[in-house]
Amino acid sequence: MSELLLELKDIKMYFPIKEKVFKKPVNHVKAVNGVSLTVRQGETLGIVGESGCGKSTLARTIVGLLEPSSGDILFEGKSILGYNKKQMHELRRDIQMVYQDPYTSLNPRMKAGEIIAAPLKAFKMTSNLNERVYELLDLVGLKREDAEKFPHQFSGGQRQRIGIARALALNPKLLILDEPVSALDVSVQAQVINLLEDLQEELGLTYVFIAHDLSVIKHIADKVAVMYLGKVMELSDSDTLYHHSKHPYTNALLSAIPLPDPEKERQRQRIMLKGELPSPANPPTGCIFHTRCPIAQESCKQHIPVLEEKDGNNPNHQVACFYPQETETIASSQ
Amino acid sequence: MLEIKNLKTYIDTENGTVKAVDDVSFQIKAGETICIVGESGSGKSVLAHSIMQLNPSPPVFHPEGEILFEGKNLLDVSEKELRRVRGNEISMIFQDPMSSLNPVFRVGDQLIEAIRSHEKVSKKAAKKRALELLTDVGIPDPERRLHDYPHQFSGGMRQRVLIAIALAGRPKVLIADEPTTALDVTIQAQILELMRSIQKKYGTAIILITHDLGVVAQIADRVLVMYSGRIVEKGSVSDIFYRSTMPYTWSLLRSLPRIDSDTSDRLIPIQGQPSNLIDRPKGCHFSPRCPFATKACLEIDPSLTERGEGHWAACILSEEEFFNKKQEFEVNAQKGAVK
Repeated sequence: MSELLLELKDIKMYFPIKEKVFKKPVNHVKAVNGVSLTVRQGETLGIVGESGCGKSTLARTIVGLLEPSSGDILFEGKSILGYNKKQMHELRRDIQMVYQDPYTSLNPRMKAGEIIAAPLKAFKMTSNLNERVYELLDLVGLKREDAEKFPHQFSGGQRQRIGIARALALNPKLLILDEPVSALDVSVQAQVINLLEDLQEELGLTYVFIAHDLSVIKHIADKVAVMYLGKVMELSDSDTLYHHSKHPYTNALLSAIPLPDPEKERQRQRIMLKGELPSPANPPTGCIFHTRCPIAQESCKQHIPVLEEKDGNNPNHQVACFYPQETETIASSQ
Repeated sequence: MLEIKNLKTYIDTENGTVKAVDDVSFQIKAGETICIVGESGSGKSVLAHSIMQLNPSPPVFHPEGEILFEGKNLLDVSEKELRRVRGNEISMIFQDPMSSLNPVFRVGDQLIEAIRSHEKVSKKAAKKRALELLTDVGIPDPERRLHDYPHQFSGGMRQRVLIAIALAGRPKVLIADEPTTALDVTIQAQILELMRSIQKKYGTAIILITHDLGVVAQIADRVLVMYSGRIVEKGSVSDIFYRSTMPYTWSLLRSLPRIDSDTSDRLIPIQGQPSNLIDRPKGCHFSPRCPFATKACLEIDPSLTERGEGHWAACILSEEEFFNKKQEFEVNAQKGAVK
């Protein structure tokens, strides 16, 4: 098995809620509440969850845009949290990010070529600058002439390609992809997913892929973490998760996805979740999912389940639930 | 009940005229659900807004063609008559539940306003009806929620309120423009379930606009597939999903990552970008992106032809030709020859 590249240890990210400026915070939004994950070299870790589950906040802590309230982040075995400005600058060479919105993440006044060259200039890698920009454009399937165009002259899918080229400029080891395809039309979405897969193979990249769409994650990820209210509910290799998920939340998520197949769709038993996501400022006691869980027991309200192995045969499959059970969620006839 | 005949909606822009809706015809019966699918820019929202005549004019020209509702052409009636139809007969739900409610008025007041603008009833009776509606759409503790402001509701709850407002005039047709796109999957499942139960209870005809083929499979009776302002295929939900004879529909389905299949094969995307609506390609509009396009496709602009009962597709390929090309394509895909 390949080496560990990234290790998250019990990451917590609390944002203070202040009623008055200069006064002590009255409460905290617990956006990420104790997440531990590992990513191996060359692997794709998928993180899924609904809006507000803390997946984007987690991504921001990994790239150093936010400093976690507690916990530790190890990159290639070294803790990066104590890094000073200079060390952080060097680290950005290795960890890069691709953002969700291809419309706002590119400066409208810069030409595509300039956008892609920006990270190279920041690291003073300006010898053969133009050649490198052309090479990157080629890598993401754009033409040389495109370097002279402005972002508004591109379609959404092409803009996302520019964002990817920019992220690849410094030959990073780890790419954090925050919903990279969710703003794109389905026909274009497949183009970008294929591109990301090719690049991973070609350049030996490691991905942390964040999405709310479980079908996209299934296609691209080796390992999947399902998040709910700042915690990981289930963690497993992708195959196991989609066929033998055990956490009632994962089961509900899987069963809520409409399948593009009318017959399967009409035969399916859907697990309906009641209610809505509770506030992360006042998460429920005990198991945070108990308020919406279809199989919650009295004890779930008091005790907090830990993320642990529930299946003796598969040590990679971890579930945070007292009553894990497999349910038929996808009509899996071929 | 509602019949659209040769509807054309053009938009005037600096760069030329955009044929956003170009010669679209379909009809819908009571209690039926029609889904309109297409990518962004295919004209599906403009079509929905044209039925209600809610497109801003200028830049949008008055639609041509006919919109027949219970025998009357809505394009000819007076503004006053149209106001009566909107909400009372045909009602609409919009995509973004965050911006469709007025943030400075209480939800109850907005709902009561909607009820009283459709019916001459006392405030008290309207409030009673508002409570009924909120209960109908599954809002817990409606009595208290009437006094809340929109920001106190979550996205899913706001969409429920908007559905309640849309139902206030007891419409016969409900047009929903991407009603669940802004919502999470678990909430989407709740809202779709709600729409289905309302349809069962009141026999409402639903026109649902979406880009999500999963949603279509779940809820539609019939489907219209739009590409660059036109309907390129229409038929029953199984015609579209299992017996499609239009390369665009087929390619769309083929490009989806799916959780219900075990293949970790490469996805097969549709090449290129949706066509420009001003300067549309000659011949078939989909031809530049079509994996099966022949020389003839670049010349001939196909019209809808009947492929089975109620199943229409716009493609010059015959069913047999299409089937052969499809097989050839799959064989190549297996070999990895398709990029």
